[in-house]
Amino acid sequence: MLDKHGIARRIAREIKDGMYVNLGIGIPTLVANYIPDGIDVVLQSENGILGMGPFPVEGTEDADLINAGKQTVTLLPGSSIFDSAMSFGMIRAQKVDLTILGAMEVSENGDIANWKIPGKMVKGMGGAMDLVACARNIIVAMQHVNKRGESKLLTECTLPLTGVRCIKKIVTEMAVLEVLPEGSFFLAERAPGVSVDQIREATAGKLKVPDEVPEMTV
Amino acid sequence: MNKVVKNAEEAIRDIADNMTIALGGFGLCGIPEKCIEALVKKDVKGLTCISNNAGVDDFGLGMLLQKKQIRKMVSSYVGENAEFERQMLSGELEVDLIPQGTLATRLLAGGYGMPAIYTPAGVGTEIAEGKEVRKFKFNGMEKEYLLEHAFEPAFSIVKAWKGDSAGNLVYRLTARNFSPLIAMAGKVTIAEVEELVPDGELDPDQIHTPGIFVHRIFEGKDYEKRIEQRTVSPKNA
Repeated sequence: MLDKHGIARRIAREIKDGMYVNLGIGIPTLVANYIPDGIDVVLQSENGILGMGPFPVEGTEDADLINAGKQTVTLLPGSSIFDSAMSFGMIRAQKVDLTILGAMEVSENGDIANWKIPGKMVKGMGGAMDLVACARNIIVAMQHVNKRGESKLLTECTLPLTGVRCIKKIVTEMAVLEVLPEGSFFLAERAPGVSVDQIREATAGKLKVPDEVPEMTV
Repeated sequence: MNKVVKNAEEAIRDIADNMTIALGGFGLCGIPEKCIEALVKKDVKGLTCISNNAGVDDFGLGMLLQKKQIRKMVSSYVGENAEFERQMLSGELEVDLIPQGTLATRLLAGGYGMPAIYTPAGVGTEIAEGKEVRKFKFNGMEKEYLLEHAFEPAFSIVKAWKGDSAGNLVYRLTARNFSPLIAMAGKVTIAEVEELVPDGELDPDQIHTPGIFVHRIFEGKDYEKRIEQRTVSPKNA
């Protein structure tokens, strides 16, 4: 079973040299800490940064320099700043290669729900609907089951959707799963110490299990 | 051409009850602090505010919410604000949540003189309900797109780093965010700047918002520039 850092570390291995990557809030933000040496990536923040760097050293925070989570950040050499329309232009036109974001539910046909729980305070979708509708590659970082032990990998999402048929890969504390075009989860890897049966148990949607399920290396 | 006004009070003098206004800023970054204070003081009511976020309880648009001056918020994300939540749940405040890229592009369309845009954001979700859906072959694939209308705010209010009497504006870092789009979309656009410089000092090659879009400009004093999430790295990392 992976912790959230383990999920982030596994996702970081999906990042290829030269990619432009947008990281969502939560576990996706942690991915930046685990990008392997020698892999050169440019982080995009949808409020208008390409080339986002780590948090500033204490005392050098700048109120004019934040990421989309409203956290103070820094700029790396070669970075650029632009307005929100241009930012979503590069997302919509698929110049951004990879989007990593969290989810409340994902369905076996690749639908995602991550912005609204009926009856609870709705904070808004931010840039999530634009990102999932447009990105060429989306990886979801999420827990396999919710706090009540119910699967978050479903036949159909029960919560209001953020996007339809857009998710292709999911990394949870238990497994790496791919969404197959015909509408099922393909079990690509299992986390260290997790059995195929445990993953089957925790997956409500259709799960395709190959003869050999490799254990992931993180 | 001199567009300089004395202060925020003069700049917002004719913003009246029930108007639609757009305000720049992302979270608390780059918000027009001085004009918001002046709107609170003027006590205009029934405003429709187009702005990515709604401030926090005691700063930014949260100050207008505290005094119940906003009838409707048009935003992409409105967390971090308890009074907002209370008014929204009680039905006092109308809220139109729209995807952030759609918000930006509807403002851009207004500023570029186009009545509408097509975007894939929200297709198949509840925000598509009642909207025209059209298929286009574009970027190598056929996909559905939603028709979304341009924003035409009566007033736009932005904050820039530097400006001149011709209304030319330069923003600083991510305080730019929605402001160039909002500046272009307004029927009347008000700019408050940290520094009003003599004409000729700004490099024409570096202007973010050309003066034609700005009708009134003034230098604000003592900006608070509050940080919403102060995150830092350890000193010797």
